Amino acid sequence: MDILTLFVVVPVLTVFALIFTKDLKQSRVVALIGMAVQLAMSINLVFAYLKERAVNDSIMVFTKDVMWFEKFNIHYSIGVDSISVLMIVLTSIIVFAGIFISWKINDLPKEFFISLIVLSTGVFGFFISVDLFTMFVFYEIAVIPMYLLIGIWGSGPKEDSAMKLTLMLMGASALLSVGIFGIYYNSGADGGPLTFNLLEIAQVNIPLEAQKLFFPLVFVGFAVLGALFPFHTWSPSGHASAPTAVSMLHAGVLMKLGGYGVFRVAMYLLPEGALHWNDFFLVLATIGVVYGGMGAIMQKDLKYINAYASVSHLGLVLFALLMINKVSWTGAIIQSLSHGLLTALFFALIGMVYGRTHTRDIAKLGGLMKILPFIGAVYVITGLAYLGLPGFSGFVAEMNIFVGAFQHDDTFRRILTVFVVSSIVVTAVYILRMIGKIMMGPLDYPKGVEMPTAAWYEKVGLVILMIPVVLIGVMPFGITEMIKESIQPFLERLL
Amino acid sequence: MDFSYTVYILLIPLALFLILGLGSKKIKPAISGWLGSLGLGIAFILSYYTAFQYFTNGKVNEVYQTFVYKYTWINFTDQLHIDMGVLIDPISVMMLVVVSTISFMVHLYSRGYMKGDDGYTRFFAFLGLFSFSMFGLVLATNIFQMYIFWELVGVSSFLLIGYYYTKPSAVSAAKKAFIVTRFADLGFLLGILLLSYFTGTFDFQILNDPEGAIITQGVAQSFMGLSVITWALMLIFIGGAGKSAMFPLHIWLPDAMEGPTPVSALIHAATMVVAGVYLVARMFPLFYFTDDGFALQLVAYVGGFSSLFAAIIALTQYDIKRVLAFSTMSQIGYMMLALGVSKYEGHEGLGYMASMFHLFTHAMFKALLFLAAGSVIHAIHSNDMRDMGNLKKYMPITHVVFLIAALSISGFPGFAGFFSKDEILAAAFENNMLLYIIGVFVAGLTAFYMFRLYFNIFWGKQTKYDHAPHESPASMTIPMIFLAFMSTFAGYIHFSEYITADRMPFEAHFNVTLAIVASTVGLIGIILAYIFYKKPTNLADKMVAAFGSFYQWTYRKFYIDEIYLFVTKKIIFARMAAPMAWFDKNVVDASMIGIGNSTVKTSEKIKGIQSGKFQDYAMAFIGGAVVIAIIVFYIWTK
Repeated sequence: MDILTLFVVVPVLTVFALIFTKDLKQSRVVALIGMAVQLAMSINLVFAYLKERAVNDSIMVFTKDVMWFEKFNIHYSIGVDSISVLMIVLTSIIVFAGIFISWKINDLPKEFFISLIVLSTGVFGFFISVDLFTMFVFYEIAVIPMYLLIGIWGSGPKEDSAMKLTLMLMGASALLSVGIFGIYYNSGADGGPLTFNLLEIAQVNIPLEAQKLFFPLVFVGFAVLGALFPFHTWSPSGHASAPTAVSMLHAGVLMKLGGYGVFRVAMYLLPEGALHWNDFFLVLATIGVVYGGMGAIMQKDLKYINAYASVSHLGLVLFALLMINKVSWTGAIIQSLSHGLLTALFFALIGMVYGRTHTRDIAKLGGLMKILPFIGAVYVITGLAYLGLPGFSGFVAEMNIFVGAFQHDDTFRRILTVFVVSSIVVTAVYILRMIGKIMMGPLDYPKGVEMPTAAWYEKVGLVILMIPVVLIGVMPFGITEMIKESIQPFLERLL
Repeated sequence: MDFSYTVYILLIPLALFLILGLGSKKIKPAISGWLGSLGLGIAFILSYYTAFQYFTNGKVNEVYQTFVYKYTWINFTDQLHIDMGVLIDPISVMMLVVVSTISFMVHLYSRGYMKGDDGYTRFFAFLGLFSFSMFGLVLATNIFQMYIFWELVGVSSFLLIGYYYTKPSAVSAAKKAFIVTRFADLGFLLGILLLSYFTGTFDFQILNDPEGAIITQGVAQSFMGLSVITWALMLIFIGGAGKSAMFPLHIWLPDAMEGPTPVSALIHAATMVVAGVYLVARMFPLFYFTDDGFALQLVAYVGGFSSLFAAIIALTQYDIKRVLAFSTMSQIGYMMLALGVSKYEGHEGLGYMASMFHLFTHAMFKALLFLAAGSVIHAIHSNDMRDMGNLKKYMPITHVVFLIAALSISGFPGFAGFFSKDEILAAAFENNMLLYIIGVFVAGLTAFYMFRLYFNIFWGKQTKYDHAPHESPASMTIPMIFLAFMSTFAGYIHFSEYITADRMPFEAHFNVTLAIVASTVGLIGIILAYIFYKKPTNLADKMVAAFGSFYQWTYRKFYIDEIYLFVTKKIIFARMAAPMAWFDKNVVDASMIGIGNSTVKTSEKIKGIQSGKFQDYAMAFIGGAVVIAIIVFYIWTK
């Protein structure tokens, strides 16, 4: 079997194996083994990719194409470039860490791990697809289990949140499907057969009017997932109600599908539409960056703070993509990775605090570092990484974005860039406010709860997530060069 | 000449940080203290060796050369890339000496001062992180590398101010320091972006080359009559002003005194706070040549004003560390002033040399003042000078070293501060009369508040102590004695032979008249302080009464903190962030929910049609059939 299809097959096999497990102990071990294999494969994929890339300079490598539904020319068509490789690595790291974080999940553990892994299957499938239709199918596979995961294992007003999240994402999917079919029916514009294949559509000159019409549909369809202002409100309540591992996976990976889709589908297939709508969406993305940060300052619930922070940081991804140049795009990809890891860390940490104190209200917590030294230290480090401290991945991403955005010398973009750069101060404010309150200061937590120090599986989960953050932050050269190479063909379409 | 070994000066503290940080639970305090001191001791020796080698052999044709060792860390475009490396030139070598000396002394001192503290190992880990970042900052080969380490010293400062993290005042001071300097760094970053976009480089050597295209030709773009480079430099200077606590970005520095005293000595007196001065000095040719030094004039006036402003506030404070903090701000203002009035070539570049000279001597005596203050605080567990008095009897060594440092900072003839301050005033006298007068006046104020401090602590009233205060242990006194030695004799180094704006040694003339004027003013300050505070008198209270509300204003630090609080709390939080949060909940989210609910409502409305009653369906069926029949009939008859 080829190297990419395995990424879908292994999780599916894991799910089958999980069906036969009896209790928490068995199911978490099975899930862990499956995802360990997945992680090992994805690390192997990086090296295999680099080796292949040295001899193969087509846009996608490891391609494979199987006819799936002949009447509509739908293929199971797969292939990866460095960006999808990195996304796959990110996903497997987060899922792997998520299993450690869910080590003690009590209700319906088997079903929980099954849903979690089904979700990840969808994500992996999405990242390897080169066929729009297949991609869309995998995307839906990823979104549906989310409803169950939040509705069943969540907390607080979980049914409402799950409903809101699912409906908004489904609404976005509706827009997206219209957009995708629009692209499909225009893919014969040069006289060829209709096709869903990304690389083939990219060769076609889709009429300008169609591009103008369908770009906003596809863009918004994906960007809702990337928390584009004003379609971000599903994210705070959804995250707040979701169980820890789901928040991690959702904010860490699923929200990245948005930026990835914008990059891979919207801007690649509809370049003229992208240029036409560029200014409008650039303004929305800029608003999102500042607005999310301001929103995070005022929140009192830890998960809400993180959710608004995500609006701000993912706004930065969309902003960078819309800036359309190599440096800012490199920044956008690294920001996706960096935010994925850091937000997963944050949700894991919040989960650990919540699991002990049963509250996420920052007014009720204080000075936890004193009794939870490991969690406290990682919390502070994660916070510092989140606010873009050099030595961590966030800094590399932000600097690429800022330097890239500054390469445009028109006043409009300059002004937006200055606004976006100023978000570094806003970020510092909300991060330090949160850390200063809950980890530092006089000790305070609800009476009568037990506060055990971090267990081994919690430490493992956190360390796994922290390693790549530091690696990217300290040695960014390799990864940026790897990304740049793959960006080139996509960028050329827009210049 | 090979200076590549200087990279170990960087790497040793980093290794210390990693070892002590990761093993903070397992490593015994005694070991971590020794390990930290040993590591910094090696860095100290390496730095002095570098200085010796560089200043003896670093010249070619009477010009000091630059040595660069670097590799590419990240590539942006073909032109723009961030390098990591070390740059060896006169000022970076001098800063190596300053940072390693103070850091080493503070490590030794902290072994005594922090003894028995819970987070002893953590403390040394953070000191290692700070030393690493500060070495990286001074050795930076390009402005982006400097920015990176600039942020890292900022975070080390945050961690060390907030070292007593269970204390609310320490936490808020740490947050304040980080956020204020971060705000200033926003200016720095925008400046870098602007500068690099128009010049196409981050590299200091290319930017500062007096014969290079950037300085000789400049860039075509201008904005409001000034070159974009000037704008970029002014933005960059905002970053420098934030770190160096220049008005109006100084508000974090007094609060930063919440950190342990050795930290105040290291970070908030001698090294990190002078980073802004170092930044301007590092880019001096660009500052000087662009738009005839417009940005440099700004530096001079900001420095002059800050030095006066801070000296006035220092007169009225009672917390001994805060007096020293405002004194630091005032002295850094001096350095900025000197840089600002400097010219480039030969003896005209006196201000540049004076600024670096003062940076050097100030680091020694101000660190000493803090360490001595720490020794006092250690003994009587209070920061307030009203709780002190007559300590000379109990703490003879601390008393003597404090007196030396106070004489040095007051510019008493023969001490280190006398020489460097004299050069600054001479440079100001030659270029800008207003700033010269401010400088002399500040010299008088400095002498007065410093001896007010001295007399209040070591003389003054017979205070009763719960426990008799005792002299600090040798681990604390030995570093102080070393620094006292430096504070006395550092002035005899001929700086003009080593550090000049154009890298060529010149002969600095000692201006006797100016020296007499400055010393006289200083002496008057000391004598006044003697009269006011040597013995308990009510003269000070009379003065307070005479100044009335002006005293209140000064004591309240001119209400700058309150203005900031008003802007952040009342305007940014209450008028911007809170309405945004409201808008998000009640408009954005509500409209999304509204769309969701409207589908529910619509279905509520139309679900009555499916009532399940046969009669209703029959009625609808017949009604529909009739309507269709009428339509068909109508069309058919047409």
